[in-house]
Amino acid sequence: MSVRERDNIVTPGRNFEERARHAVADPELQRALGNLGQRLFTARDVAHDHGDLKDRAAAIRREVLADLDSWLRRVTSTLESLGVIVHHAATAHDARRIIVGIAHAEGVRTVVKSKSMASEEIELNQAFESAGIRSVETDLGEYIVQVAAERPSHMITPAIHKTLGQIRDVLVKVSGDAIEEDREAITQWARKRLRDEFIAGDMGVTGANFVAADTGTIVLVTNEGNGRLCTTLPRVHVAVVPIEKIVPRFTDVATLLPLLTMTATGQRLTNYLSMITGPRREGEVDGPESLHVVLLDNNRRALLGTPYEEMLACIRCGACLNVCPVYRRVSGHAYDAVYSGPMGKVLTPLLSRGSNGRDLPGASTLCGACTEACPVEIPLADLLVRLRADLRGTGALVGARGSAPPPPEGGVARRERPGEGYPWPLARAPVVTPPPRPPSVRSIMFAVWARVWAAPSGYRISTAAARVAVRTLAPGRRWSTTMPGVTGWTRSRDLPLPAPRSFRDRWAARERGDERW
Amino acid sequence: MSEAARVSLFATCVVDQVMPETGVATVRLLEAAGCTVDFPAAQSCCGQPALSAGEPEAAAVLARHFLDTFEGSDAIVAPSGSCAAMVHHWYDRLVDPFDRERARAVAGKTYELAQYLVDVLGCTDLGARVDAAVTVHDACHGLRNLGVKAAPRLLLEASGATIVEMVEPETCCGFGGTFAVEHGAVSAPLADDKLTHAAETGVDYLVSSDGACLAHLEGRRRRTHTGPEPVHYAVLLARGLPVPLPAGTAP
Repeated sequence: MSVRERDNIVTPGRNFEERARHAVADPELQRALGNLGQRLFTARDVAHDHGDLKDRAAAIRREVLADLDSWLRRVTSTLESLGVIVHHAATAHDARRIIVGIAHAEGVRTVVKSKSMASEEIELNQAFESAGIRSVETDLGEYIVQVAAERPSHMITPAIHKTLGQIRDVLVKVSGDAIEEDREAITQWARKRLRDEFIAGDMGVTGANFVAADTGTIVLVTNEGNGRLCTTLPRVHVAVVPIEKIVPRFTDVATLLPLLTMTATGQRLTNYLSMITGPRREGEVDGPESLHVVLLDNNRRALLGTPYEEMLACIRCGACLNVCPVYRRVSGHAYDAVYSGPMGKVLTPLLSRGSNGRDLPGASTLCGACTEACPVEIPLADLLVRLRADLRGTGALVGARGSAPPPPEGGVARRERPGEGYPWPLARAPVVTPPPRPPSVRSIMFAVWARVWAAPSGYRISTAAARVAVRTLAPGRRWSTTMPGVTGWTRSRDLPLPAPRSFRDRWAARERGDERW
Repeated sequence: MSEAARVSLFATCVVDQVMPETGVATVRLLEAAGCTVDFPAAQSCCGQPALSAGEPEAAAVLARHFLDTFEGSDAIVAPSGSCAAMVHHWYDRLVDPFDRERARAVAGKTYELAQYLVDVLGCTDLGARVDAAVTVHDACHGLRNLGVKAAPRLLLEASGATIVEMVEPETCCGFGGTFAVEHGAVSAPLADDKLTHAAETGVDYLVSSDGACLAHLEGRRRRTHTGPEPVHYAVLLARGLPVPLPAGTAP
């Protein structure tokens, strides 16, 4: 399918709010999401009591980010010493060109793919299709999404937005086979079908959950065994590895792996864990003849040294999606992006330099469930607050008066308090495109409001005036069903009106002895 | 208590303007706990609406104003976990470097009401008697930024109220400030989830610690007629205090 065709499939709407409205009104989707909520809340509970593990994992991730360029050089030389061919892709376009180039050079006709968000990010399937190369997703959820000409709605459970009946219908339509509406029957059918694809595949494409800098080991976590088949049967293996996937030591995997699996699916260990250290060697019976690693930047290094660097600690577990009240109501397609949920709201504008998902940071209640659930302590809610300002081009003057705090060791102010990120003056990240100057009417209105309310009598006089206006227009009423300017509220809820007497008026009356309470 | 604790009330703009009865209840509970309460008249808003709207400069103006207003206080108590959390979580990062220590000092003595009564004063039984069944919605910022979870429940239990926990008491009600206006398509269904979960418990009241969340829930309930009445726990407790003498009579 073409890119255009895929774009037509996702939840319709010009912005998040329109797509969300569509998603909330879709009964089949809401039914599918109901199942998600209960299943994945268990996963959160399993992972709840591992504070120390979280701290250690968070520290490992920051150790890499503090000096990512050095770790990149280290992992490159380790991989090359194992006979791995390492490529550096600065952009998604570069990555596509490199990988399609490998496929052409190796005479590849069929690619089998293990689940990889990085390959979604660079839209690799579309690139293969344009190059006339067949590419088959082999994770069952990804396979369903691929044959349905959709995009994954969740990075761990890609087809979670579909009911069992919808899945059966899609598979029947694409194969013409009679398939029962039964989990076991569908899985058995897919297992048989995909077996033929694995055997036909000339090239396996995977992502990587971790790459150890000291041993060059690529760690792949799957539940279906498809990752192992993709990396052992085809003669060529290409791993698309975003640069932040590096861990310093192979032994760090012991810390990160259980945390990943527990927060992702509630499992203490996944069904399949593949550790790949170089291509097939003399005397070995399986594994690819050649192994390529494509280290993907795609605007990641631009985040280093900014508050958004924290986002590169992400291990793609999906925990923030599972606990997000908004995600659980609207599902992934409402975000119209590869990455959805809280992490997607942060990452989408950042990876696109502000050209995509500009309305996503605002589509959050800032409840903080994501920050709380994150196994590597990314302050997701704080980053959403900062992005709201940075995407508007505001915030430059915050904390700018007086001398800046002394630069900390290493030159970059890292987390002052665990999980809370940077003081504001460092929030001015040149990673998103600011809107054109001068300041918007909205910014001016907020500035005036703040100054009036910070003035000695400004608050008292302005609120008293508002009360008189409301009491004149709506005498005797405490709630209103309509209100110009906030129809987004009054369309679905009554709006509380100012009380006849404010608290401060009642306090003053009590002070005078006019009332007693 | 040998010496009365002196408390400055930060009423919050929502309580001051829209739900003054919550402010009255807060004062009555603090006084029932033996506190001497004052109300610094210069106070306005904590600035959170500006911050979450992507206008941190405006938020910083109000943060500085809050510090100027309250820095002389012994303790600052707000009947809102979210506004108190704004002071704790953001002020030292919003103000200028030379104000940072001042911001931290003020945050260190700023409390949500139940947090102050229970965790600081060690006071759970205020003499209030509540003969009702309630379910508690843990408002997000009080819960996650301040750790307010047990305190309101302890106050309610000591008053004789029966607490029946609902499904997912810690899940957001969908208010979220500007989110409630800009994303009504999601905000209202989240209120419905909360009201439905509360209704399933069969209680008399849905209590919480944030006026804005309660207004969002009540505003929705007035359309759907589902769920128990949302009410601030302070209002419920204060209703159960001995009746105050009418105005003009001698104490």
